[in-house]
Amino acid sequence: METFIEEFGTIGGAFLATLTLAAISGALSLVWGTVLAAFRVSPVGPLRTVGTLYVEIVRNTPLTLMFFFWVFVAPSLGIIAPIGFRIAVISLTLYTSAFVCEAVRSGINSVGIGQAEAARSIGFTFGQTLTQIVLPQAWRSAIPPLISVLIALVKNTSVAAGFAYAEMVAISQRLTNRNPVDGLFIFFGIGAMYLVITIPLGILAQRLERSMGFAR
Amino acid sequence: MSGSVLYDAPGPRARRIDRTLNIVFSLVLVAAAAGAAWAMQQRGVFDDRWEVLWDPPLGQTAGDVWTSLGKGLGRTLLAAAIAAPIAAMLGGALAILRAGARRRLVATSATVLTELARGLPVLLLMFFAKLVLGWSPLWSVVFGLVVYNTAVIAEILRAGIAALPRGQREAGLSIGLSRMRTTLIIELPQAVRIMLPALVSQLVVLLKDSSLGYIVAYEELLRTIKLNRDFFGDRYTIPMFVVGAGIYIAINLALSRLATYTERRLREGGGGRGLKPPEIGPTGPIPQSGVGGPAREEGASAGDPVFGAGRRPESHPVPQRRPGETEEERRRRAYYGDPTSQSIRHNTGGDPGGGI
Repeated sequence: METFIEEFGTIGGAFLATLTLAAISGALSLVWGTVLAAFRVSPVGPLRTVGTLYVEIVRNTPLTLMFFFWVFVAPSLGIIAPIGFRIAVISLTLYTSAFVCEAVRSGINSVGIGQAEAARSIGFTFGQTLTQIVLPQAWRSAIPPLISVLIALVKNTSVAAGFAYAEMVAISQRLTNRNPVDGLFIFFGIGAMYLVITIPLGILAQRLERSMGFAR
Repeated sequence: MSGSVLYDAPGPRARRIDRTLNIVFSLVLVAAAAGAAWAMQQRGVFDDRWEVLWDPPLGQTAGDVWTSLGKGLGRTLLAAAIAAPIAAMLGGALAILRAGARRRLVATSATVLTELARGLPVLLLMFFAKLVLGWSPLWSVVFGLVVYNTAVIAEILRAGIAALPRGQREAGLSIGLSRMRTTLIIELPQAVRIMLPALVSQLVVLLKDSSLGYIVAYEELLRTIKLNRDFFGDRYTIPMFVVGAGIYIAINLALSRLATYTERRLREGGGGRGLKPPEIGPTGPIPQSGVGGPAREEGASAGDPVFGAGRRPESHPVPQRRPGETEEERRRRAYYGDPTSQSIRHNTGGDPGGGI
């Protein structure tokens, strides 16, 4: 208990570190994931292949392996990224974007074919169909799964603890090693801080899903 | 791409543009791949360092290397093999409590427990077991995997129970079974059956999460790779990594295939009882999380490149909403088949597909 209070500054800093990491890699993976989704639904065959390969490979490998790649393997290929924050952002972004891609893609697929057909039949161009008819609806059904992906991302930032980035799990480990007696409190405190982020997001996703389920 | 919302059947002009784009992008990609390969060649990636896999230096034999890798893989599988059954049992118990407990308090606490366990990072749980409970690395890994996957499995089964026709529960209650027994012997078996694909996909997540053992000093596959690399030296990182990544991808792809396969069997009514798995939906039954992340966006078949590219089998296309039909009716049709094709005709507002 005492350690938790005394070290609250450190813990608060770690909380911010986790949040920063999640926010930056979240924003980047939204962008890259959407690009990948565009690849996967595009009419151009090679792009689809690239998108599919990327998503399949990333989804079937552990995030730890992604970190391992950037920390240990990439340098032998001549790509040297500074360990810590930047490697964490790169790994989390590349990993999460595969899941973002799938969420966006299933959003696009959930739009009824009739919608696009109707748009075309009243003379909309491809661009108009996409931007005014399909994407607005795709977004709606993609948002709840996207929030789930972000929740997973928040928890996944903890993997950075194993690769030299001082976020919450790394700090909890450090503090516990220093004060083994207070371990229980430290872990409960850190756990609560994760829940403060993840549970509201989960509730938000549920609400949105419920309110959107019947709107269309 | 078949059946996409985005474009019409292409005409001659579109086909011409398509072909040009295909060629251009293929060329660009081939050029990029060749460039990357050339860059690697320049850095000596393709030199004799690969010999570590069959004729390793430092007085080791190929047998030594592969034995150590095999042991690493064995420990990865061991952690998963211990954690998966425990998580399945506990998750089943939680789901039963949530659905069948007479007392509000019991059901609510089961819900709260599930929510809490789902919201925590698996790594934090592993460190908790290791540092606070003082468990061995293997059991720390198992602890983390069990706590998280128990919650997820409970949630999957809950979604499965919720997706059953309400008549199942009513029938159970009306023949005098208690709520608990109804859940246990009527609803749960069916829920397990229809959620089998989701449960198998969860195995992929569990297996992937076992690699967190790397961080808590459990000598699983990834850590074995690291140890081998440390032993043989930096030069041998790439062959080692390629082997490790290959093993992970092979196992997980096989499991994903299995999930897709069970889902297809179920959808096509392989077992005969005609229950269709609920559409797991773009969100899945739950906001999935964990290092594994969402393993299934539209059922287990999501994104499977070979078996379906996330498409349903031709025999059960995703039904589109018909004119005059509410979203709820469309979903019902998606789950339970087309009422208009059965003896009881529902009033769905005119001919299927016809205009109002």
